[in-house]
Amino acid sequence: MDRLLFLVATGLARGAVFALFALSLVLIWRAARIINFAQGAMALVATYVAFAVTGATGSYVAGLAAALVSGAAIGWLVERGVMRFAPHASPLSGVIVAIGLVMVLQSLLGIAFGPQYRPMAAPFDQTPIVVAGVPLLSPYDVFVLVVALAVMTALALLFRFTSLGLQLRASAFAPEVSRLLGVRVDRMVTAGWMLSAAVAALAALLLIPTELGLNPHSTDMLFVYAFTVAVVGGLDSPVGALSGGLVVGVFLTLVTGYLGSTVAPIGILVLLLAVLLLRPGGVFSLREARAA
Amino acid sequence: MSSRTPLEAGTRAVTASAGALTAATVAVSSRRAAGIRGTLVIAAVLTLAAIGGTFLLDPYRNFQLATAAAMFCAVAGLSMLIGHTGQLSLGHAALMASGGYGYALTANALTDAGAPGPVRFALALLAGVVIASILGLLLGLAAARLRGPYLAGLTLAVVVAIPAVTSVFSGVLGGDQGLQTALDPVPEVLSRLIALEQWQAWIAIAVAAVVVTALALVRRSALGLRMRAVRDDEVAAQLAGVPARRVKVTAFTLSAAAAGAGGALLCVVTQSVSPGAYTLSFSLLLLVAAVIGGLGSLGGAAIGSALIVLLPWLLGLASRELPLPADLEQRLAGNLTVLVFGALLIVVTLVWPGGLVALRRYLPRRAATVSPARTTTHTPTER
Repeated sequence: MDRLLFLVATGLARGAVFALFALSLVLIWRAARIINFAQGAMALVATYVAFAVTGATGSYVAGLAAALVSGAAIGWLVERGVMRFAPHASPLSGVIVAIGLVMVLQSLLGIAFGPQYRPMAAPFDQTPIVVAGVPLLSPYDVFVLVVALAVMTALALLFRFTSLGLQLRASAFAPEVSRLLGVRVDRMVTAGWMLSAAVAALAALLLIPTELGLNPHSTDMLFVYAFTVAVVGGLDSPVGALSGGLVVGVFLTLVTGYLGSTVAPIGILVLLLAVLLLRPGGVFSLREARAA
Repeated sequence: MSSRTPLEAGTRAVTASAGALTAATVAVSSRRAAGIRGTLVIAAVLTLAAIGGTFLLDPYRNFQLATAAAMFCAVAGLSMLIGHTGQLSLGHAALMASGGYGYALTANALTDAGAPGPVRFALALLAGVVIASILGLLLGLAAARLRGPYLAGLTLAVVVAIPAVTSVFSGVLGGDQGLQTALDPVPEVLSRLIALEQWQAWIAIAVAAVVVTALALVRRSALGLRMRAVRDDEVAAQLAGVPARRVKVTAFTLSAAAAGAGGALLCVVTQSVSPGAYTLSFSLLLLVAAVIGGLGSLGGAAIGSALIVLLPWLLGLASRELPLPADLEQRLAGNLTVLVFGALLIVVTLVWPGGLVALRRYLPRRAATVSPARTTTHTPTER
């Protein structure tokens, strides 16, 4: 029972990161109707920047800021430089171009930094706090949960209560009408990409200290997990991303805790197949979303 | 994306596409007999030319040719799937792996039972194809409910689960080490004439010829037409009486069978199958080959497969020639190829969606001779 509690608590913290990354996928999906398969690689580049900045200045906060800024910069670069030119006739070409980007970014990172894992220090202690005899979350897990929830709340407020948020939503849902009403839709799509890439960079930065370390492939699994979250939660709803993230996070830690970490990818595959076959509409989303 | 309702789309499309489909079906059936004969003749000529060509190559080149032929099976299947039904799979490496494991398990069991070489090879190859087809059928059933990006994500999850599957079932699948199989030696009659590598190239070419000819026949059959109808407008195709889901599942299963044959061949050539050979990068390489050659085109798949076998080797040679520091050279190894292929994938998709086979449009006086293949230079289009 203690073990179950511990696993669920850790799973919630892990799930918050997945939810954050899935949210970044949702942001791009809503802005540009593309599932960005390059999101993991883009976030990884920003994490390498953060790693370098933290190494040079010794400050975690400086690294965090660098990750956000460079994440947004990469989002801008990718949208303006590549994705904008993907043929819109087929949704597949966007995916194929994104796959090409993954290959380019990962191989560049590999050439620049080599294949070895670079351990990243967490800013807080990673040993669990014991509450009433039961080991629960570590201080770092609490930090992750707080940051993830704060960012999600901030995004919700941004979309709901600001003019920028309204323009972002409008250009995603009705680009032609928005254009007629004076919204600069192109600029909004770019803003969506920058916002999304920054959020993804943050998620990767939060996750990597809990894993083996920084390596050109360390976000591969994060992307697969976040994609599963998006399928479980539905790509159209940020609330779905949050609840899906927590579900997948807890599911994964339970599988890892009871069956071993090698089984985790199989567990994810089974979950993904089960959702797609039994509830093809997703658990939290409308059916139309999947056919778009 | 589009604002029109399914009903509107249907009424508009049903008149257009039902008419087109009937007309095309009639045209296909009247041309079919001649077409099939033509395809078979071309296939036979190309196969004989390839087998003759092995005499001009040294053993290492023949090994590369055999590898390329194995890749050709999988890439042709993938290219047909993406180009003709618009289903994007990032997981064909997993299907190849299942073919390879199916081959290795059956071959080893038959070796223990003392079966003679040719029987062993044929049964093991069949087992590889069947196992890959079953996996493909399961994936295809899930795939038929999904559109592009979702299917791509699902197949991605399948590929990254390969090492987990092999280590969970390490008793049967051999864990990280994988499985080794016995060599298929050169038959007595030929052993004075040709080397082992050349014999393996022959096997690979023969199997690839059968697989690709089958794909070519499917492509020009009524099923092929239905696949393209589903790709272009699923609603309209359904209204015209095409069972869209069944067509998609069939296409995925056929493509998986081709990939399984490719995986079995790769196992024949290397005498081993292991999870380390079927990584995510390898799976993406198959996509690169299909896209660079030209989606939906078999000729393009051949060019693409040759490219993904030869380019890494050429780049390796080139980076060894350059006076680079050892550290940099080590980091370039492998990564440089991925960089070049990734860049090619982006550039071809953005600038040149037809792939390399679209080049022949710029060749004078060839249009007439290549007309049967014209339908193949489509990139998938959707609403």
